[in-house]
Parts: sequence; C-alpha cells; structure tokens
Amino acid sequence: MSGLLPQGFWTRNETLVAVVIILFCIVATLSDPLFFSATTLTDLLRASIVLGILAVAAMLVLISGGIDVSFTAIAVFAMYTTTVFTLAVAPELPWFVIFALSIGIGACLGAINGIFIAGFGLPTLIVTLGTLSVFRGFLLTFVGSQRISALPPEMRDFSRMMITRGTTEAGNFYALPWAFAALVFVVVLTWFILHKTMLGRSIFAIGGSVESARRIGINVRATQFFVYVYVGALAGLAGIIHGAMGRMADPFSLVGLELSVIAAVVLGGARLIGGYGTITGTLLGVALIVLVQNSLIVVGIPSTWQSVTIGLLILLGTGLPAWQAKRAAARAA
Amino acid sequence: MSATHARTAMTSTPEFRLAVIAVIVFAVMSILSPDRFLSAQNLTSMAFQFPEFAILALAMTITMMTGGIDLSVVGVANLSAVVAAIILTQFAGPDMDVQQSLVWLVIAIAAALTVGAVAGLLNGVLVAWFGLPPILATLGSGLVFTGFAVAMTGGSAVMGFPDVVAWLGNERLVGIPVPLIVFALLALGLHIVLTRTGFGLKATMYGANPLAAFFAAIDINRLLIRVYVTAGMFSSIAGLVIMSRANSAKADYGSSYLLLAVLIAVLGGVNPYGGYGRVIGVVLAVLSMQFLSSGLNMLQVSNFARELIWGALLIFVMVVNTRQGPGLASLFNKTKPTG
Amino acid sequence: MAAATHDALVDMKGVTKRYGGVTALDGVDFTVHAGEAVCLAGENGSGKSTLIKILSGVEQPTAGTISINGTQHTNLNPRVSAAAGVMVIFQDFSLFPNMSVAENIAFSTQLGEHRTLFDLSRARKLAQSVLERIGVDIALDARVESLPVAHKQLVAICRALASEARLIIMDEPTTALTEREVRSLLAIIRKLKEEGVAVLFVSHKLAEVLEVSEKVFVLRNGKKVAEGPAAEFDAASLTRHMTGRDVPEAPPSAVTEGSKTLLDVENLTKVGAFADVSFALKAGEVLGVSGLLGSGRTSLAKALFGLVAPDSGTIRLDGEAFALGDPIAAASAGIGYVPEDRLTEGLFLTQSIARNIAVGRLDAHERRGFLDLGALMSEATDWLTRLKVKAPDPQAPVRSLSGGNQQRVALARWLSRAPRVLVLNGPSVGVDVGSKADIHDIIRDLARSGIGVIVISDDLPELLATCHRILVMKAGRVVDEIAGNSVTEDELAHRLAS
Repeated sequence: MSGLLPQGFWTRNETLVAVVIILFCIVATLSDPLFFSATTLTDLLRASIVLGILAVAAMLVLISGGIDVSFTAIAVFAMYTTTVFTLAVAPELPWFVIFALSIGIGACLGAINGIFIAGFGLPTLIVTLGTLSVFRGFLLTFVGSQRISALPPEMRDFSRMMITRGTTEAGNFYALPWAFAALVFVVVLTWFILHKTMLGRSIFAIGGSVESARRIGINVRATQFFVYVYVGALAGLAGIIHGAMGRMADPFSLVGLELSVIAAVVLGGARLIGGYGTITGTLLGVALIVLVQNSLIVVGIPSTWQSVTIGLLILLGTGLPAWQAKRAAARAA
Repeated sequence: MSATHARTAMTSTPEFRLAVIAVIVFAVMSILSPDRFLSAQNLTSMAFQFPEFAILALAMTITMMTGGIDLSVVGVANLSAVVAAIILTQFAGPDMDVQQSLVWLVIAIAAALTVGAVAGLLNGVLVAWFGLPPILATLGSGLVFTGFAVAMTGGSAVMGFPDVVAWLGNERLVGIPVPLIVFALLALGLHIVLTRTGFGLKATMYGANPLAAFFAAIDINRLLIRVYVTAGMFSSIAGLVIMSRANSAKADYGSSYLLLAVLIAVLGGVNPYGGYGRVIGVVLAVLSMQFLSSGLNMLQVSNFARELIWGALLIFVMVVNTRQGPGLASLFNKTKPTG
Repeated sequence: MAAATHDALVDMKGVTKRYGGVTALDGVDFTVHAGEAVCLAGENGSGKSTLIKILSGVEQPTAGTISINGTQHTNLNPRVSAAAGVMVIFQDFSLFPNMSVAENIAFSTQLGEHRTLFDLSRARKLAQSVLERIGVDIALDARVESLPVAHKQLVAICRALASEARLIIMDEPTTALTEREVRSLLAIIRKLKEEGVAVLFVSHKLAEVLEVSEKVFVLRNGKKVAEGPAAEFDAASLTRHMTGRDVPEAPPSAVTEGSKTLLDVENLTKVGAFADVSFALKAGEVLGVSGLLGSGRTSLAKALFGLVAPDSGTIRLDGEAFALGDPIAAASAGIGYVPEDRLTEGLFLTQSIARNIAVGRLDAHERRGFLDLGALMSEATDWLTRLKVKAPDPQAPVRSLSGGNQQRVALARWLSRAPRVLVLNGPSVGVDVGSKADIHDIIRDLARSGIGVIVISDDLPELLATCHRILVMKAGRVVDEIAGNSVTEDELAHRLAS
C-alpha cells in the first residue's frame, strides 16, 4: 500500500519475526519492568554473537542452494585445535594471531567440504553430515578430548575487553564485550560480499538456478567452493570467540547447535530451495531464538517450554508462507 | 519386482558394494582381534547395541523414499519413552508383582505407540496439507516433541520401573537378544511394505516423481500421512528399546542418533531425493557401522574414532556411487532414450 | 552495421553432426542476414536443437564451416559465439527468479567484463535503456518470479540485447504465450529487425510467427527438407514438411448410430481460463479440442480430470455428477488423463515399465493387503503386447524407452483401469512419425471399443485422422464445432485462425 514500504512488506518473514519480537518485548516489559534495561540488552547481544556469526554463515549456504550441518564441528575443531596449538607452541601469541589461526583452520576445513561439493558434485546435506562426523571424530581422537580452562592469556584478556560497561540505575551490572564487534564486522563484510560484489550476486544466481548460472557463464564450482571456505572461516571465528568468552576450550561444545542455527536462519526468511535470504531476516531470527532461550520466563512461560516454543515458532514461521503458496498454486493450476 | 534385470546388474548395485564392505570389515576385525571380536560376548553385545539406532534409520528410510526426511525421530522416540515411563512409574513401580506390571507394560507400550502415531500424523499433516518442506516441518515438530518431553519431566530422567520393563532391551528369546528380534521384525516388515504393498510402491513412486503421482490420481495426502505415521511409530518403538536398555527415560537421550540415522539410511543407498531405497542396504549399512565400531573398540581405538570413520565411510561410499552408478548418481544423470 | 545487411550474419555450410553412429545433422546449409527473422521448423529429434547448440558454440560440428560476420570459425565455443553476438533464449528463459529485473538483464554483461564489484546503478541504467529500446515498461526492481510469463520472455530478450546481441535465437518462443502476448512479441521483433538485429525462431509450432519472418527452413531427420520465403508457407504446409507425411491417414469410421451420451459438460467456467464450455461426448466418439495458444484448451482438458478446479458448471458421466477439482474423484468416476508432458507429468522415469503401468490400479492388485506381483506383471506384459510396445523387459526403467513407446506405457496405465472417457493431451507430441500413426490407430481402436476419447491437440493432421468432431476454442470459449470428415486440412487451419 504505502510507497515507503518495500514490496510485499507485510507478508515477509522478517516482518512476522519482528512483530513477534516486539510483542514479546512488550509483554515482557509489562510483566517485569526491569526487562527493559541495558542489562537485558547487553545480555541478549552477548548471547547473539556466536549464534549470529554461525547464522550468517548458514544463511550464505542456504542462499547458494545448499545446506551445511558441519559448521558447528568446524567451529569447535578450529577453536580447540588453535588453543591446543597455541598453548603448546607459543602461549604468548597476541589474540589476533590466535584468531587468524582459528579462522585459517576453519577455512581449510570448509575447503574440504568445498572439494566434495563443488569438485565431486555430491549432495551438500550428505557431505556435510559426513564431515560433521569426521571433523568431530578427528578432533576428539587425535587432538584431544579434555576441557581446557587455562587458555592462552591473550584469549582470556580478549574476553575482558569491553566496548561499554557500567551499572544501571536499578543497580544491575551491564557490559558489552568487544567480541560483539566481530559480529558487526561479519555482518558488514557478508552484506558487502552478497550485495556489492559479482561473487555475491553469483551466489544468489546459483541459488536461483544453477543451470541458468552455467549458461550465462558463472563459474559455479568456484562460487560454491568460495561459499564453503568462507563459511568455514566464519565458523572458525565463531568458535574461537565462543572459547574466549566462555573462558574454556571445550571440545564437546557447539556441536548439536547446527539445527537451531539453521532454524533461526529459516525463521528469518531464507528458503531451503536456495536463492533467498537476507541478513536482516537472519539477525531477527537469531534475536528471536536468543530471546526465547534467555527470557521466556519473563513472559510467564517456564523455561522448560523453551524448545516447544522454538519449535512452534519454526512451524508457524515456515508453515504460513508454505500454506499461502500452496493455496495460491491450487487456485492458479 | 526384481527379476532378470536386477540380477544382471546386481554386482553394481550400492547394496552389493555395501555387502562387500560389511564382509571386509568383519573379516579384518576378526583377523586383527580374533579371540575378542569373534567372542560370543562381543557378538551379543553388538546385537544389543545397534537395534535402537537401526530402528530409527528404518523410520528415516521410509520418509526418504518419498523424498522427505524425518528430523523428529529422536524427539518422537524420547517423548514416547517419557510417556511410557511416566505410566510405568506412576501406576506401576519397582515393587509391583510381575502379573500386574505386565499389564501396565502393555498399556505403556500402547501409549507410546499412540504417541508415535499422533506425532507422525502431525508431521504428515504439516507436510501433506500445509505443504511445509519435510526438513523444516520435522525440525520444528522435533523440537516441539522434545520440548514436551522436557516439560513433562522437568528435564530429568524418569526411573523406577517394574523389573519386566528391562526384558525388552536386555533379555534374550531362544538365545537371541530381544532388541535384535524387534529390529529384524521391523526391517522385514518394512521390506515387505516397500516391495509388496500398494502403499510401499506408491511411496516409492511418489518419491521418484511427485508431479506424475498427482497426475496418476494417487491420493498423495493420505499417502504422506501414512508414511509419517509409520515413521513415528517406528521411532516410538526405538524409544521403548532405549528406555528399556537404560532402565529410564529422558528427554535428551540418543541426541546423536538423529544424524546417525540419516547417515545410515544414506549409506544404505537410500536416495534422499526419493524414489530409491532398499531395506537390505540399510541393514548392511547398520552392520558395517556396528562391526567397525565394535572392532575399533576391541583394538583400543577411542570411541570418538568411530564417528570419524563413519563420516569418512559415508563420503567414501557416496564418491564411489557417484563415480560408478547405478547408485545415487545415475538417478540424476540424464540417460538418452534408446530403442 | 551497414555492410552486414549485404553479407550474411551467420553462414553455415555443409554442417554435419554425428553422435556416435547417429547423424543428428546431415550437411545442412543455413544463412541468416542482419535484420532478418528466420523460422527453423522441425519436430522433436529433427536436429534443430543440435543446430542451436552448434551455433551457440556448445557443440562442435563433425564437418562443415560456420562464418559469423564474415569470420570463419572452425571451433566455436560459447564465449566466442556470445562475443560475436549470438544469444540463445531457451524455452525456460534461463532467468534467475529470485533476482530483480535489472540484475537479470545486466548481470551477464558485467560478468563478461570480469569485474569484481557489482555496480547496481549501472545495471539499472543499462536495463532501463534496453527496456526503453524495445518499448516496454517493466519495474526494474521487481523480482522475476513475480512476472507473468510474457514479461519473463521480454526480460530474457532484454538480457540478450544488453549483451549486444546481433542474432537472437528463440527456442519455442510462443509456447507459453496467449494470443495477445504473441501479438506484442511480434511488434517487438519488428522493432528489433529495424535495428538490424536478426531473430531465429526455432519451433515445431511456427504459424504465429510466419508473418514477421522472411525465410523458413524445415529440418527433418537431420536434413534440410524445405527452404524458402516465408510467404510460401502456411501452418498446413509447415506441418506437412516437418512430418513428411503426404498421404493423410484414414479418418475414423463413423460413430455407431444411437450410441448413448457418456460425458455431459455444462457451462464449465474457470475465471481467466475458459468460460461457459458445454459439450457432450458419446460412447465410441473421438472429440478433438483445438485452438491457438492461450485459447484455454489445456486448462479445459485439465479441468475434465480435476487437475484444475472450475469455478462453476457441472460434468456428468453417465448422467452422474462427480466432485470437480479432484483427480481422484475423476479417476474413480472413470475418466483417464494422459498429460502433454510425458517426462515430468506422465511417467516415473526411474521406475520400471511394469510399475508405471500398474500404478493406476495398485489397490486392485492387492490381495489381503499384499500385492499380487505375478498378476501385476502379467497384466503389464499383456498391455505391452496389446499396444505393441517394443520393450525388452517390463522390469527395465521406463526412461530406457523411446518417446513413442513411453507414450504407449502412459496410455496403458489408464487403459488398464478400463476408463469410460480418456482425455489425451497432445497424444503424439515428441513422438516419431511411425509411432504417431500407431498411436492414432490405438485411439481409433479405443473409440471402436466404446470408450469416449477427447484429443487435445494443435496438430491438424492428427485431429483429422482421429476425431469425429472438433471443437475450436478461442479466448476461453468454444467458438466453432466442425465435423471431422467434412473439412480438409487447409480449411481446418483457416477456421482455427479466423
């Protein structure tokens, strides 16, 4: 209706998710006025960092028409291996070198996915299902299976670096770590790649139609390969941040989260058939999942109902558009 | 439906390659650790271990035949088990005599199967009527089922069953472990359903070409609902086996089984895009995996190495199938008509 | 530019292409001049798609030479061909449904420049200028998936123009368009020709584009069988050249006197597709339904079998109405439907021949819940023999059969259900000439056995060879009814077009 709103604004997943988030916040504030505070905000933002980076990565794969379930294994592999290596070889390395190491390991593991998917042309779900097991199995067998709480000092220090910290009027402590800047960086970089580069538009193109992409001369294999390497690198970054912020290198963490991350991305409007997905939607999806995970109790739902809530949200968020599409198709036929 | 055509091409089927793999793995393990791998104790312990996830793989198989997937199998299994467990602890309990507790066991099993069927019905309705992609429908519903199990138990394990409950998962019938019998019956049943019933054929053909199924006047909604109800009931049986073996039920048991079930089905040659899959392949895939992991256990290889090897095996088999056809790959290659 | 009007833009000489032992193209000479529209006609398998592939550099010819703009190429590849301005618009348009109109038009241009960054404002400018050049107005930021088919085709044309096309090859350009859309397409083609762009139409249905074309080539079995100015061809003569059939088949014997009405359709209406369609079909009668593209004939055919839900009207079989818009109800009432697109709608390609036949009546093969596989198999074998399918083995996947035999398998599926009425949509599309005659024989036999048959087709000889009556549809309505044995092919073509 209004010229200010983009086409199909009210039927978009983003809008739906945003409305749910706003309603959630209103109800939460009404039942507990303290909810609406800097403390809650920074808590939620902190909880979104790792999930957000992983979600951006998963979104990229969905846009390219694939699906990746191995990125959590890559994240934990890169984080733990980097930690073990740094502790053994050069514990005093500055944090950015440690981060670069983890990102590099992630990119290499992503390249393995890329070889099987882009090189051999195997189905993405099956390859990443296989590499999920391989990466995790390799990590726990050959690198180590002990939790390490004595992290390299620079990693510990990194988690203490704050953008802002303080105490609210109500006397609650709040703090936003610099790690959040990593999420912002990833979002900006990915947005730039997706919308401003030929590579990014090619990712959308192959997600829209691989055959058409081939016909107009897009190098489909190279594009796919890039996607998996980039996703691996993002996973490496998310992993090392997860380790640093949790102040522990736990080789058993993260794996198991992959479907929740994909759920967040799909809630935000990315489609499994490829070619569709927005960063805004993905971040909204992450925000909603984080809200549900952390603040369900505030709106009067016991936290044991958390996964029921997330499950219902997924069913609603994907079911409504699917049902509309089905009815439209039946009418047209 | 497998006569001359299938026979001539038998040696190039994915099932044949899997059989070779299973035999090789068995042989290598027997040679490397003859006294232990081939010991009666190890063989029976294997037979107790694999049925629970193998049954989940069967549930996965039937949904994959239609080009779908069921990511809610573990959620359904746990929810069914929790419901059964609550019945068994609330109305029965460890001190009840055998006769009475048997009655309650039957009631609990019936309740678990009902839960499985209702859960499957929900999945089927979401996929068939509402047109959700199966992967999302079952991802969401799986969270809901797990969530109900958490909400009902507060997240802790339910235990304190009458003794008879342990029978299902830990006893033997004429020397054969009960879980193995359950799995064998279900596998045989699914094989017959897929190859000898109209339902099975329709499911396979729908998976091969959903649009043609629509044009052939197949009742697709009813078909899909039956597929997911079957998968749900298989999952609830797996849940009961897990409950009996653990002598307790919990919302997050077997969380690693979900991807394992997908992995086994695909390794067994089931085409995840639908239209092809044989139960014998899935059984061989299960056996290969179990021989591998037990054998490696004997050789003092860490538990985690199993995962590594499973994943590597999956990718290896996919690469081989893609390179040689007529496995998965041939289904995607266009073949020029002849004759 | 000016010189190109004299010399050929594309000049192929003696082009031959062999795939193994099969000769797809056999010494074909072919020229296109700048600003010219050329029709390349031929049935499926005539070699026309091979010719496109050679022109666009996807395949290399086995023998012969190709010159583009006076430069002789021994080895074309897609890049060379595109750089020379040869652009193919495939039947599916090869667009990206999820991307904007501007991006679809301008993306390949920027791709060709090997840029790293994508320049959206430049893309929009280029897209806008091309859209203006052909005089159409499509929102630059609309997603292509939201466009109607005709607009998608225009976007594809614009993409070719944006890449400085000199020859646009259009594969089956009018298949999905309505009459009005074909009109506006032709207007655009005229405009392009004035600008010196050449257009090559490749199709087995070319009547609509004859008026803007200068030249016609007809291919059959890889050989050029006719060539000449477009004015010398019409729909009937094109079909004759393509099929190579000079002797018309024997028309069907008359319907038995006094046979009763099987199917009674009254005031069937589907908004936007067809309106107020009423007709009756007798037992043993073959009724043709024809009409130009967009006339609503396919929607009507689908509605008879419940694949399209009509908004109003009734269909009665033996005097009994049944639920509309439900293929299962239609099938159990006794209606069968053989779809036009065998490969995607009709057959389960990877499944066995026997299964493809049996899928229509699996429930009938069940004994106490289990399939009687023996009975199923012998029934399938029986049908294969009756319909003269040359099938090595009913267990072989159906994709191993030729088009004609595949169509017989699709027929067998419905015949095994002993239908009262059979709707055949394009019964011989993509079938070789010999099989075509056999399929027509089968249709006549079916009618003789008392089945009511409805043939949806735009193949005039086919309609004349099989139908007792032909309904002509136009803009969703039945506008004419023709007795099959009362007209010649030319008269029929005339009444279809009027």
